[in-house]
Amino acid sequence: MSSQLPVNTQLAKSPDLVDLFIQFLTIGAISFGGGIIAYERILLVEKRKWLSADEFMAYLAISQTMPGLNSVNMAVLAGDHLRGVLGAVIATLGLILPGSIFVLGIGLIYANAGDHPSINWILGGIAAAATGLLAAITYKIGDTHWRHVKSLAIIICTFVLMSIFKLSLPYVILIMAPISIYLYRPGQPQ
Amino acid sequence: MSLLIHLAWTFALLSILAVGGGTAVLPEMQAILAHQFGIDHTQFVHIYSIGQLAPGPNMLMVLVIGYQIAGLFGAGVVLLSFFLPSSLMCFYMGRLWNRFGESPWRRSIQNALEPISIGLMSSGVYAVAKASVVSSITLVLALVTLYLILRIKINPVLVILGSGGFGALLMAYLN
Repeated sequence: MSSQLPVNTQLAKSPDLVDLFIQFLTIGAISFGGGIIAYERILLVEKRKWLSADEFMAYLAISQTMPGLNSVNMAVLAGDHLRGVLGAVIATLGLILPGSIFVLGIGLIYANAGDHPSINWILGGIAAAATGLLAAITYKIGDTHWRHVKSLAIIICTFVLMSIFKLSLPYVILIMAPISIYLYRPGQPQ
Repeated sequence: MSLLIHLAWTFALLSILAVGGGTAVLPEMQAILAHQFGIDHTQFVHIYSIGQLAPGPNMLMVLVIGYQIAGLFGAGVVLLSFFLPSSLMCFYMGRLWNRFGESPWRRSIQNALEPISIGLMSSGVYAVAKASVVSSITLVLALVTLYLILRIKINPVLVILGSGGFGALLMAYLN
């Protein structure tokens, strides 16, 4: 059996809080929509090697199944993993600060000029492209799951319960999690 | 004051319901805002689009909703109530998870949750598409973006801004 210690053998030393803040602030300033998870992966796994690829996938699974935004949850989990409570707070604040300022600035303009017809057209085009972006990111994150029969069946069932039968989210999870865990129980081929 | 409490309660509830990311609660949020806070469909789609334009998590657009309803205090209240409850839950779940150690069940649960997450993300795409793909032009813009992001290593910001500009030009021309 494995040891009692947390399993971070190849992990880099804990980053200092300032570095953690600046790295997540940078992601918060340059990343876009659903693409943040990809930026976080580059930072955490590739650039700084703060997490192993496997730890990242574990945190991604928690981020996506717990309520809240995936990217924010990832900041909470990675921050806590690296520097405890303070790390979680610092990473999350860094991530949401630039966007909050931006959104409030644009929101002020919108509140005063939202009736202008050209705003409608511009925002319509942006929303359409954002949909394409979200679809592309979902496809990329799904990776090999799209080609495995078992995974694909679970993906489709989840989607159907959620979007076609319009069950509320907690019910979808309550139905799908036990089925999926049974299918993936220890000793099963992948 | 009661308006702020109502706002806080509404967004805290949405926060806890937002399993699978913020896009999953968009329909619910839109309905509540229309019925209880007088934010109509067009306003909601506009504010959602502002969120897409912003860097960082796109659901930061909830700040604009808070601002529209109750000014800067409203924005602050919405920020806290939408992000704090789910972050706390995730924080404790992460700690619990780490305590499981490397048991075979941990691997099983992780493998089991991944396809569910992807299914939920797909539902998010569907929800956003229903709100934003409303004409043949927007459908083409969405598909072109999908193609560009998957095929070419291009900065998504450029594609989104380009689509906004192109959509505006085209719609202005067609009108």
